[in-house]
Amino acid sequence: MNAIADAVSKPVSFQDLILRLHNFWSAQGCVILQPYDLEMGAGTFHPATTLRALGPKPWAAAYVQPSRRPSDGRYGENPNRLQHYYQYQVIMKPSPAEAQTLLLDSYRAIGLDPMLHDFRFVEDDWESPTLGAWGLGWEVWCDGMEVGQFTYFQQVGGIATVLPSFEMTYGLERLAMYVQNIERVYDLDFNGKGVTYGDVFLRAEREYSAHNFEHANTERLSQHFKDAEAECAALLEHKLALPAYDQCIKASHLFNLLDARGVISVTERAGYIARVRTLAKACCEAWLAGEVS
Amino acid sequence: MPEFFLELFSEEIPARMQAKGAEDLARLVTEALSPLNPADVQSFHGTRRIAFACRIDASVPESRLSERGPRTTAPEQALAGFLRKHNATKDMLTQEGDFWVLDRLVPGAAAAELIARALPGLIRKFPWPKSMRWGSASPFTWVRPLRRIICLLDGEVVPFALAEGEDDAHGLVASNLSEGHRFLSPGVFTVTSAAQWKAELAARHVVIDAAERRRLVADGVAQLAAAEGCTIVEDPGLLDEVAGLVEYPVPLLGRIDDAYMDLPAEVMQVSMRVNQRYFALRKPDGSAAPFFAFAANIKATDGGAAIIAGNERVLRARFADARHFWDLDRTHTLESRVAALDAITFHAKLGSQGARIRRIEQLAAHIAPLVGADPHFASRAAFLAKADLTTGMVGEFPELQGVMGAYYARHDGENPAVAAAIAEHYWPKGAGDSVPTAPVSIAVALADKLDILAGFFAIGEKPTGSGDPFALRRAALGVIRIIRENGLRLQLAGLIREAGLADPTELLDFLAERLRVQLRTEGARHDVLAAILAQGLDDDLTRLLARTEAVASLITTAEGANLLACAKRAANILRIEDKKDGPHHGPINPELLMLDEEQSLARHLDTTEPAVALAVQQENFVQAMTDLASLRAPLDAFFASVTVNDADPALRTNRLRLLARVRTAMCMAADFSKIDG
Repeated sequence: MNAIADAVSKPVSFQDLILRLHNFWSAQGCVILQPYDLEMGAGTFHPATTLRALGPKPWAAAYVQPSRRPSDGRYGENPNRLQHYYQYQVIMKPSPAEAQTLLLDSYRAIGLDPMLHDFRFVEDDWESPTLGAWGLGWEVWCDGMEVGQFTYFQQVGGIATVLPSFEMTYGLERLAMYVQNIERVYDLDFNGKGVTYGDVFLRAEREYSAHNFEHANTERLSQHFKDAEAECAALLEHKLALPAYDQCIKASHLFNLLDARGVISVTERAGYIARVRTLAKACCEAWLAGEVS
Repeated sequence: MPEFFLELFSEEIPARMQAKGAEDLARLVTEALSPLNPADVQSFHGTRRIAFACRIDASVPESRLSERGPRTTAPEQALAGFLRKHNATKDMLTQEGDFWVLDRLVPGAAAAELIARALPGLIRKFPWPKSMRWGSASPFTWVRPLRRIICLLDGEVVPFALAEGEDDAHGLVASNLSEGHRFLSPGVFTVTSAAQWKAELAARHVVIDAAERRRLVADGVAQLAAAEGCTIVEDPGLLDEVAGLVEYPVPLLGRIDDAYMDLPAEVMQVSMRVNQRYFALRKPDGSAAPFFAFAANIKATDGGAAIIAGNERVLRARFADARHFWDLDRTHTLESRVAALDAITFHAKLGSQGARIRRIEQLAAHIAPLVGADPHFASRAAFLAKADLTTGMVGEFPELQGVMGAYYARHDGENPAVAAAIAEHYWPKGAGDSVPTAPVSIAVALADKLDILAGFFAIGEKPTGSGDPFALRRAALGVIRIIRENGLRLQLAGLIREAGLADPTELLDFLAERLRVQLRTEGARHDVLAAILAQGLDDDLTRLLARTEAVASLITTAEGANLLACAKRAANILRIEDKKDGPHHGPINPELLMLDEEQSLARHLDTTEPAVALAVQQENFVQAMTDLASLRAPLDAFFASVTVNDADPALRTNRLRLLARVRTAMCMAADFSKIDG
């Protein structure tokens, strides 16, 4: 592969960055998945991470996941903030002994040479209250910029991991901006043939910001939250862990939308988080029960 | 003596845990190997390792151990338990008095044997503040994955495995292979001794001595700053952290884009420090310089150009964020933000930040005239003091609370004294920080701290031995320092009542204790403090401190020490005689003063008593001490020639009354009976 030589001559396009990461992690034995077809706040919510991190079966996967953060919308006016962006997510269970080395090699593959740049592993304790999950690891820094999050999963859905996974999350837009030396996300070279990130996503950022902050109907959102909660419980009665978990993902996103609309008070907030966590735990337990039998 | 060497090589250890980890390792290994008499102990820590070296005995000699067991009269079970514990039988016991005694031969052990036995358990139970599992199903935990154990005795590997029962502990075993810098010197090398290990690491781009890393960073950034005619803003905490983030520090200097140089210097510095671990620079005139300094962990092939350019880019993005908050925050006045404080809970039982502000406003206005401040400005400053908590900048950087409020207040056209007080009412922030000196700032700072103290004492949330979740000790010390360093004359009891605590006794005791602790750390004698505080806390701290100083300097003079000895003698006699038929108070009969010495003492007392009383009333404690010291000569003479316990009861009573007067006079200044010696 000529990736490194290419990178020196010409920075990779946004889509090429994804392709190189796919090639790299595919070569490490990861299953290359496509994005999950539900709205979620982070790649960790994908069942390929949340559920597969549990139990004793080895697993390795890599995928791009669109991440929806309704309250981060800026109507397309902020050069760095988006309510919809892409995470590149890698999970390997059990965590390989050479995880750090693999990770650094993946940066080489997209044109960041550790002999030329200053790579560091800076303490970062990761926690997801809605997933009942935590792990220890680092923020990966390149020249003072966070270019990824590296976590050894210790617990998911309130359940201790039997085989701790290695999870790596790259913020693709930020990484691409760094590699391409771009200061405004909408100026990113998307395909290397004249299409920019703004051409693809600027209108969506404007419209979704208006939706998230102004027009999403909060009564209906509240009702949808309750519906998802009830549906999740009903599906769990039938031990259908995966469909039930879909409802948990939906509930989580509905909560994020309600939060962006500013209708959740501080005290209520903790209550919503606890309700999503209860769903997540029940789904994780159901998944594990199904794995064992 | 043979050399023992241990290195625990792992993935990156959080910077804040490294020094403590090395310290714990040294302590635990020294304890575990104590039979081998460890000496010349050294410990090391870095990004990816903690290590330990010492000299030890080659072996533990055979020894006899005499272990006392249960009483011979104790129940059978007790004896059985004792035998089981020591794996002994009853015929091995002897009787010594009422006890069974086991005399055992403890076989000697070679050092390697003892090390191999002790270390696996020590490593398995290592007290990291937070540790983790990884890889296989092993329950073994370490701060981050442990990759290598290097354990040598005089250069030879001491073989042991971490595995225990079903746990393979990732197959970790002691070896002699270590690693250097991750990028600059990849691959393993063989360790043969601590000295060779240090030399190899140096050659492999790892500076293992933390103090040296710190010095390399400090000197390096200082030189880079000097080359631009600037200086580095001192930040010891940041230096420590940076020294823990790099194995091979390469100091570099970046430039700050001119477009951001109008941001407040504090904003730039906090953003650089908190987000990026950069050092800020100052120009010779003290203003912010358009540079930042940092330490990379690698000597890059291009001399660091790409690294500097990358860091400059990251900082531009950070400052763009800060600029966003700075501009947005100033579109609303501080005054318009105050109402929002009603929605922020301060404490469930003490209400909102809004309610707190209304209390502080009143208290600050009450204190203002007592400290020479305009009450109007004091209450205005208190009203605005917490409004910046609702700004975007303080939301992003909580440590800028107060500082931002002052900037925004100036922007709103508030009086400069009001703006300054918004920043300074949080002072002193720590032990080494200065206290406010401007009157308005003093009034608000005292009101803020007294409100916290009175509030939490009122709801029974007092600090306990180990816990002080609301930082009440710091608030108390703040009150003490503000009063002391400004020489303020305040009646604290009244102010505490004004702050809403009906009975100030407990809080005054708490303040007295903080003052005592503070004065002790400054080297004050505990007995002097006891003598002053025995009479209860004078709630005018400045007067109390003047009294303390006067007593302390009196007792260091020969005259004072002598007076003290005489006064003690008088007090002792009185204590003994009072027990028989005391107390001995009452008028002295001049007719019964038979000897010259007792007449002289009585005359001196007649003039000294009112003089001391007057001096104390005028708060001239130095004068009071001088007056008291004049009693020394007549008291000396009195004890030399007068027998107090005369056979004639009338004479005895009269003389005891004379001594009682001496004691009373002394007590006007302090309780001298508490002074040692």
